[in-house]
Amino acid sequence: MNNSISTYTLRIADDSLILGHRVSEWCGHGPILEEDIALTNIALDLIGQATSLLEYAAATEGKGRTADDLAFLRYERDYTNVLLAEQPNGDFGQTIVRQWLFDTFRLFFYEALCYSKDPQLAAIAEKSLKETKYHFKHSSEWVIRLGDGTEESHQRAQAALDLLWRYAEELFFMNAVDHELIAQGIAVDLTTIKPLWLERIQHVAKEATLKLPETNWVMKGGREGQHSEYLGYLLAEMQYMQRTYPGMEW
Amino acid sequence: MSQKEWPLWEVFIRSKQGLNHKHVGSLRAADAEMAIENARDVYTRRSEGVSIWVVESNRIFASDPTEADALFEPAHSKVYRHPTFYDVPDGISHM
Repeated sequence: MNNSISTYTLRIADDSLILGHRVSEWCGHGPILEEDIALTNIALDLIGQATSLLEYAAATEGKGRTADDLAFLRYERDYTNVLLAEQPNGDFGQTIVRQWLFDTFRLFFYEALCYSKDPQLAAIAEKSLKETKYHFKHSSEWVIRLGDGTEESHQRAQAALDLLWRYAEELFFMNAVDHELIAQGIAVDLTTIKPLWLERIQHVAKEATLKLPETNWVMKGGREGQHSEYLGYLLAEMQYMQRTYPGMEW
Repeated sequence: MSQKEWPLWEVFIRSKQGLNHKHVGSLRAADAEMAIENARDVYTRRSEGVSIWVVESNRIFASDPTEADALFEPAHSKVYRHPTFYDVPDGISHM
């Protein structure tokens, strides 16, 4: 059993699970019917990716836990998603900007993970990449539409970017687990992803007439289980059913 | 209709290579790209298609229902236009 692989997989899984849950909160509340369905599709894609990843994390962990155990029965400090994923939806602009920062990262991340020497991670990456390409297109085009739209949509998109920019740096967090797996050709070296991510973000931001904040203030801690105040509330809702009716199936 | 409402688009989906695009419904979108993406999300989420066309509804010109008699009635009496007067030889299938 390889705990580094499990830890690594769990991070990717938690990003997908927590962001997927966040986006699913839009279900029935989208600005228009078409966008409501689009957001719900994206949420479902992310939760589908989380399912595959959690199954693999559970299998490599070797403690007899299932994917459901990992999704629904861990405590807040055990989740290793980036803080960006758990940030509240805010207005539609905030949701889109959050998604755009994440999708752009995920696009390059999965592209690289396809070449992982771990066949299971490579297979999950290849399947997820197709979904992510669409998410990336969807969120990028919306950022341009909102940024280069009306005065109000521009102002809201810029406010969202100013708010969320401080969480972007954590997407590139690495520690000993990464370095061990990079040496084995399994994990993605995120330092190679960052310039690609920044270049693409700058390109879209320019077209959207949005200004990237000039600040070195970064918020991180999620990868190490130190979360913002928002995750607890999210987990309370997500875990409620399994906590109230343990072992319940439907 | 309020001025702020996005234009209406008609959606055509081709379900398989080699088949025609068929009209499946309509939706609202701010531009053509958004219309394609919305169509993908609304009309192909159960693998209904391999290709999407969208066209702004106001670009479609329709025949006038009150002219239906003049347009379509005359064809009814011209049964000889149907290719039903041939004997199909034995051994020809799929006809």
